[in-house]
Amino acid sequence: MVHRMEDEQRLPLIRMTALAVLIGVVAAALLFGFWRLQVLDTQHYAELAERNRIRTIPIIAPRGRILDRYGHVLLDNYPSFSVLLDRESPADVQASLAEIASGLALDPAALGEQVADAAGLPPYQPLVIKTDASPADIAFVESHRADIPCLSLLMVQRRDYPPDDFLAHVFGYVGDVSPQDIARSKGRYRPGDVVGKSGLEREYNDILMGVDGSRRVIVDSRGRVRGTLEETPAIPGKTIRLTIDENLERVAFNDLQGKTGAVVALDPRTGGVLVMASAPSFDPNEFAHGITPAQWKQLSDDPEHPMINRAIQAQLAPGSVFKIIMATAMLQTGVPPANFTVFCPGSAVFYGRVFHCWVWKTREHAHGLVDLHKAIVQSCDVYFYNVGKRLGIDRISEFAKDLGLGRRTGIDLPGEDAGLVPSPAWKEREFHQPWYPGETISVAIGQGATTVTPLQLAYSIGGIAMGGAFKQPHLLRTAAVDPEIRFPLLPGTVDTVTEAMYGVVNEGGGTAAASRLEGIQFCGKTGSAQVVSDEAAQRLSGHRYLDNAWFVGFAPRQDPEIVVSVLVQGGLHGASVAAPIARDVIAAYYKEKAQSEERLAGSPTKPRSGSTQADPASRPKASGTPQKAEAGPN
Amino acid sequence: MRARIHTADLDWWLLGLVASLCLLGLVELYSAAGHAGSGMAWKQLAWIGLGFAAVLLLSRLDYQWVIDRGPILYLVMLGGLFAVLATGHSQFGARRWVKIGGASFQVSEFAKLVIIIALARFLSGVRTDRLRLAELVKLGIITGVPLGLILLQPDLGTALTLVPVAVVGAFLAGIKWKHALALIALAGLSIPAAWHFVLKPYQKARLTAFLQPEQDPRGSGYQLLQSEIAVGSGGLWGKGLGHGSQNQLGFVPVRTSDFILATVGEELGFAGVFLTLLLYVGLLLRLIQNAKQAKDRAGMYLVAGVAAILGFHIFVNAAMVIGWMPVTGIPLPLVSYGGSATLFVFMALGLVMSVRLRRFVN
Repeated sequence: MVHRMEDEQRLPLIRMTALAVLIGVVAAALLFGFWRLQVLDTQHYAELAERNRIRTIPIIAPRGRILDRYGHVLLDNYPSFSVLLDRESPADVQASLAEIASGLALDPAALGEQVADAAGLPPYQPLVIKTDASPADIAFVESHRADIPCLSLLMVQRRDYPPDDFLAHVFGYVGDVSPQDIARSKGRYRPGDVVGKSGLEREYNDILMGVDGSRRVIVDSRGRVRGTLEETPAIPGKTIRLTIDENLERVAFNDLQGKTGAVVALDPRTGGVLVMASAPSFDPNEFAHGITPAQWKQLSDDPEHPMINRAIQAQLAPGSVFKIIMATAMLQTGVPPANFTVFCPGSAVFYGRVFHCWVWKTREHAHGLVDLHKAIVQSCDVYFYNVGKRLGIDRISEFAKDLGLGRRTGIDLPGEDAGLVPSPAWKEREFHQPWYPGETISVAIGQGATTVTPLQLAYSIGGIAMGGAFKQPHLLRTAAVDPEIRFPLLPGTVDTVTEAMYGVVNEGGGTAAASRLEGIQFCGKTGSAQVVSDEAAQRLSGHRYLDNAWFVGFAPRQDPEIVVSVLVQGGLHGASVAAPIARDVIAAYYKEKAQSEERLAGSPTKPRSGSTQADPASRPKASGTPQKAEAGPN
Repeated sequence: MRARIHTADLDWWLLGLVASLCLLGLVELYSAAGHAGSGMAWKQLAWIGLGFAAVLLLSRLDYQWVIDRGPILYLVMLGGLFAVLATGHSQFGARRWVKIGGASFQVSEFAKLVIIIALARFLSGVRTDRLRLAELVKLGIITGVPLGLILLQPDLGTALTLVPVAVVGAFLAGIKWKHALALIALAGLSIPAAWHFVLKPYQKARLTAFLQPEQDPRGSGYQLLQSEIAVGSGGLWGKGLGHGSQNQLGFVPVRTSDFILATVGEELGFAGVFLTLLLYVGLLLRLIQNAKQAKDRAGMYLVAGVAAILGFHIFVNAAMVIGWMPVTGIPLPLVSYGGSATLFVFMALGLVMSVRLRRFVN
């Protein structure tokens, strides 16, 4: 045999067999390894693979728009990009932090701090590290997809608040939902949601806020989107329609520039707020973009307190405007009787103390013989001192409350203040002191402890002019019948008071005669309230102790359509500072009304009835039914 | 004598298994690389064609003649490895390639072949039933010098592939128990030393990532994790060719070469992996069979060396894909994309054929 001789050169075959067995054993072990992964644990790995390739990208729902009463857009949104930092791989994030900071022009220290602060949050929750990304920021993120995969862009809808702070206090502002709100919301809010923080944004957050959608996308290992699996569209927030009249608001806004104060105009037939302006103002955009501590400090330290909505939060002595309340109480009770007259020598002595009439400081020094009409027209203090003394604090207090003061009107805005109507019971409760009769004399002319908000004065005077129908002020145009509080007044009372208020503006000696409007039955009452050293003065005026100027006016005299309340803090004289603003608003109202009537007359077709989009031309006439006019569902 | 060497006597079973594995590789390559895959697949096909030509060519060459050239080849290899260290251009942070003509060539692949030849020559000269200590030391030096040079490139994976050739050689030549135990102890002791003096930081990182993949899910551990996810999510029957999300979306690292088995696992499932491993087991057993039938010790050692090195590649690669081994950069023979590595396997198989064709010849 040929190969016999090689046998000695061969090795024991058993070693070869051992190798073959080793191959078999190793192969079996490997197959077991694959079996374990692919058959026993395949469900687990299938899930991991799914999670790997699928990302859920939120689709941010835009907030509802806010329209004025005619459907003009007051507040809208604009699309913007936020830069998100994905924190699922902390090592990656740390490694790229410096490059991210320089690429997005962020402060590296602040960014590091933000990332460190978020350590407690779940890792799948990305951080918003820059809002309102510029085109350069977007380009940076896009071009670094490969080497900084933890960055991504999210399109959001941002509030586009008017840059000139127009209506800032009414809108309020939005911001990231607070942990407390999340806890309270029972699952409705999620971290990172943007919610209303103040104003209407907060009041109607549930309507304005939409429901975010989401898009499940397939991504590759670099995070690039390769396809969409399914999409749950965002449900946009609902649009709300206000009772605000943009034109009138603009008039009041312009008149208030450079002043500290507020203007409120109501439709007394419905309670709809036509104008609500407060000055100085703030920029809600700063809040929407995440206000910096420095900005916040500047706003909160500002002695003018721009964040306060003075229309509902300035609680100040009403001054002589309160004489309307006094006159109404006097006429309703007959104490003193309607034909009560007083001789005003410029001052009077009550309970051993001299009380001056404002006329004392003028050239005339005295009003002479004064009846109720003249007392209102010329704002005679001595007359109302006497009325107050006869009515007594209890009746004054009771009437003031019945006529809408000393309690919240219930307007649909957060943070409304109630003002104060003093009474002996109140003083006993608060100060444990008895009521001094001299205080009644001060209260009678709207001084003393009495405080009101501009909204309350418009509400109260409007209600009196309406014969005792106090419609609850509101900003949202709703289909519902407006709630009202009825405190029926005698027709004679209303006639006497409104006639006197007509005289204030239209008679020669009237305190606001300079603000007379040709052809318009413009009525009103001036007020100049001393700033006394109560909390309100401390809080709202700071160092300023000049008199606050008030004016509350309405038109027409009977069945009024608009009532305007104006406050100018430190304005000294209601007649010269506050009344012209009210005049401008009322003049604008009549101009607008005339224009729409012209349009209506020129239009061959009637406005659509029952339309949800009320046509600007469908403004009801004065004699129309107010409720129906406001019945535009939004 | 020459008349008895017939091409028809080639190991057709072996070649059939090789062709099947190549086909599997091409299909997976095409699927893994997507649209770019056709170009890569054609390129790989060209290498495979070249490989089969090399098998035919080398099978005509008398392996004894090759064994006789052992010392020269060994010196050429050392020269080449030095050249790589001196001039080789780096890719992926390591110098492994030299340019010969226009083509880059990985010298370490050539080194594997030479080590098989050199050890076959050395061991066939041993006439005792058990290796003596001096012989064992010689064996260690022959293997250790090129291993050290490759380690300096640095290429830990390829350096380690030389070890099984020596181990299997020593096993077949016969090794004393005390020597074997001493070597195992020495290997155990050298691990901490290697950790401190030999391993580069990236190699250490790979090892730590292997031991604790959760520590760094985006780094080295990430590759293993993604590979495991790919394999595991494949299930019994796989997601279908071109439908593996891990593979198609780029989560599987170096999916056309080192991790191609992960792609097989994801797209063809356990069934595909089973088939692949079955083909490899068949291939290795055929090699053992050919080793057994070799007419002399040199031929036997040659074939056994080829089997050892291929078996090591397959085991380390498959174990890495399922997370049992750290990432070492060892490709799957015949299936992974790569010219040098594929050509090496075919050349080694050519030598095997040379041994086979001469099994009855004197």
